[in-house]
Amino acid sequence: MAKIDKKAFPFSKQWLDDRLALTTVMKVLNTEYWIPKNINFLWAMGMVLAATFGVLVISGIFLLMYYVPTVEGAFDSVNYTIMTEVGYGWLWRHIHGIGASLVFLIIYIHLFTGIYYGSYKRGREMIWISGMLLFVLFSAEAFSGYMLPWGQMSYWAGMVITNLFSGGSLEAYSFVEWIRGDYVPAQAFLGRFFMLHVFLLPLIIIATIVFHFATLRLPHVNNQEGKEVDFDESARLWKEGTVESRKKSEVIPFSPVFLSKDIFVMGVYFILFFYLVFYNFDFAMDPVNFDPADGLKTPAHIYPEWYFLWSYEILRPFSKDVGLIAFAVAQVALFALPFIDRSPNVAPASKRGLFKYWFWTLLVIMIALTALGKLPPTDPVFAAMGLVFAVAFLLMGPALYIITKFEKKIEEGA
Amino acid sequence: MSTRRDFMGMALGGFTAVGAVGGFYAAKRTWDPLPSVKAAGSTIVDLSQAKEGEPMTEKWRGKPIFVLRKSADMPAHERDVVVKGVRYHVSIALCTHLGCIPAYKKASKTFFCACHGGVFDTSGINLPGLPPPSPLEIPPFAIEGNTLVLGSEGPEYLALKKNNLVV
Amino acid sequence: MKELKIFGVVAFFSLLTYYLVEPYAHHAMHAKFDAQGNEIKIESHGFVYDGTTEAAASAVAISDLEYKIGKEKDAKLKASLEKKLTLAKDVQAKKATFWKEVATIGQLTGNAKAGEAAFASCTGCHNGLNMNMGGVIPPNLDHAGALYDENYLIALLKDPAMASNVDHKYADTMLHPMGSIKGTMSHQQIADVVTYLKEKKAAEPTAKTAFMEACVRCHAMRYDKVTQLGDIPKTKENIKTGHDIDAMKYAQKVAEEQATLAGYMGKLPPDLSMIIRARSEHFMETFIEDPQTQLPGTSMPRVGLSEAGYEKVHEYLMDIGDPSKPARDMAGPWVLGFFFIFTILAYLWKSHQWKDLH
Repeated sequence: MAKIDKKAFPFSKQWLDDRLALTTVMKVLNTEYWIPKNINFLWAMGMVLAATFGVLVISGIFLLMYYVPTVEGAFDSVNYTIMTEVGYGWLWRHIHGIGASLVFLIIYIHLFTGIYYGSYKRGREMIWISGMLLFVLFSAEAFSGYMLPWGQMSYWAGMVITNLFSGGSLEAYSFVEWIRGDYVPAQAFLGRFFMLHVFLLPLIIIATIVFHFATLRLPHVNNQEGKEVDFDESARLWKEGTVESRKKSEVIPFSPVFLSKDIFVMGVYFILFFYLVFYNFDFAMDPVNFDPADGLKTPAHIYPEWYFLWSYEILRPFSKDVGLIAFAVAQVALFALPFIDRSPNVAPASKRGLFKYWFWTLLVIMIALTALGKLPPTDPVFAAMGLVFAVAFLLMGPALYIITKFEKKIEEGA
Repeated sequence: MSTRRDFMGMALGGFTAVGAVGGFYAAKRTWDPLPSVKAAGSTIVDLSQAKEGEPMTEKWRGKPIFVLRKSADMPAHERDVVVKGVRYHVSIALCTHLGCIPAYKKASKTFFCACHGGVFDTSGINLPGLPPPSPLEIPPFAIEGNTLVLGSEGPEYLALKKNNLVV
Repeated sequence: MKELKIFGVVAFFSLLTYYLVEPYAHHAMHAKFDAQGNEIKIESHGFVYDGTTEAAASAVAISDLEYKIGKEKDAKLKASLEKKLTLAKDVQAKKATFWKEVATIGQLTGNAKAGEAAFASCTGCHNGLNMNMGGVIPPNLDHAGALYDENYLIALLKDPAMASNVDHKYADTMLHPMGSIKGTMSHQQIADVVTYLKEKKAAEPTAKTAFMEACVRCHAMRYDKVTQLGDIPKTKENIKTGHDIDAMKYAQKVAEEQATLAGYMGKLPPDLSMIIRARSEHFMETFIEDPQTQLPGTSMPRVGLSEAGYEKVHEYLMDIGDPSKPARDMAGPWVLGFFFIFTILAYLWKSHQWKDLH
């Protein structure tokens, strides 16, 4: 047993340190967790995501108190009880809806930041992989949550997405029925997606967020130039504490210096967030879902929420089997990014020759796919464009491999 | 530098706390009983249904209510509710000891609680020497024609309350 | 500054994506086109009923058919298209004549007193008793003068199916429940009755009353405890069994009324509790003005609300479908103000933290 100061006053600093090593924990997690100085506001997206997740959990708790997970009660519990009767129920619902949409906007910004600055390479592969895992988990969380109001879009999205698991020509309909617990989305389906949404998935997400943080520990956060920082030397300089040594140091502590910037960025973000909550929430709460679920009437247009559109569009232009394979490839392709990129450089895309063009092309393709995913495929122009961009997306993988294979190594200090 | 820095940090923290208070207010309102629950808090009792000398049970805010139309041989009491010259005993049918529901015994003309043997007479008065500490409680009521509206406080109820007769 | 430039890039791509998946995609999704691929713009006409929407629909139908006939090679198909064209032209002429006559009646000076006497024969059906007649409950007319457009009322008394723009439904054997009135009233009588309605039934209705008179016989509003038979009566459960027999009896009556209604309309008209969130403002306005413009062939009749009448109904739909609007408008500025000040304070804190770092 460790040495304990028997005279320490209960719950005093010394007393807590003896039992919990509080000072050490604070140092490890905050005041001596080093972040490079050379960063911009995009580095705050991680904490913005953490804050958004927190807001989603809190608003979700209040919704959970009045939500009724039955096919007869779900729609009215959301649209009547929560929106009309519960004090500030509308606020929690709007926050939850906007949060679910914005969390994906920030995830995409976070993800493209990582690609642009090459933050998935040279020891940072696990950061990327755990991050992609979180993307998949958040997608599952968003999808399961979308089922809960049990409107027309909930029902038909549930129908279409679970049908994907029939595996095209494999015709594994018994597997689809197993997933649904019924022939169509019904009570069993709603019950299990409710469980997934409010319990199992959040639990796994929290664990994965902790893991994502842990993966940052050894390789450290990347910086704007992709420079290899001598963290030990910089930390020593910072701890020296003079204005001069701190200027020379290339790092800052997570708390309070890095955090002060994060919180400013969060402030700007929450202005946008609450503007949407109060004045422009329709985009996150589709009108079609205000019609109650009706298994005998398909809505004229079925489309997923905007953050799923690009992968949905990869499915759409092909025949059933090819579409499914393309869709499956698209889901896992991004996971493999650190291994497809053969370049030795960790640097912003602007300094990486052809990679620069690859990056902006990828962004444009994904935005184009997102738009086409919602535009009516009955229009021949849109349908043709969908095919072109879906093929282009699939070719981006091999293209990256070739481009980076021939990428010249950037000399340090160049 | 450090004092200034601390000041800004504290100002931000303090301001955030103000926002948190707003958030807690919204959360508190979310926990409040729903308007529909409150609206369902009144029950109308049709007194023409009451049979003389036999209590009927009504439900008000989830609790049972005794309404007993007194017969001539039942002693009058200042706790009685008089509607159109007829005397009624009205009370929440929960024993004032630990909240069990007493049963009416026709033979002895008393309300008997099986849990710990408490006994109340036809005016809801607890018999001495037994566990119940006080008479059966009278719920708030208002008289409207030949009906009682349980849940709203009419002048007759307020008069009883003023004389400390409702508990 | 570099960070602002980066922010500009992020904002540009975010807004571009938003524009594409929201305004642009929704426009593309709901756009209607004629046979030649020209977009048909559906616009509101300020709740004026003079045959404009019918004329526009006929014009599109005729030009579509002419275009198709011009392209059709198969003689047999061509002949059938030509037959359709003749029919469409008939409809066009019939409607034009009808609305011209309505306009003539509109010129007459009505006598309210004579109208009142003539109106007595209407109260046999329009009695507010919630009795289904010929498939549907006749509407209560207590506030008809305030709710409905004058021209529409004239048209309705002249030919109910034509006024409601559901004449296609009654082309074969089906009878309009009020069809017997067609041709039984003289033009002067029509003018008299409409004058009477406009003068004597013009008391200002509440938003809910407007909805109850104009919509409820077909549409329920369960979030306000309203069924096709009106407000759900208060009933009480039997304390010994826990069953509320009166409520069950009422539910059965509603179910029976709904079955009759669904038989008559083809399907049960939807509950409107959430309709204000499920459809856009533009859709609601143009649809109520003339349902055929948004859903060609629908069995929903045009109800003939005047602009003021529509505003009342709309107000009620908002009250029930979007009850949090007043609370949002109240709390919004405070919350946004809070985060503005929060951001300024956070910026000051950040500036001090980062002051001597470079």
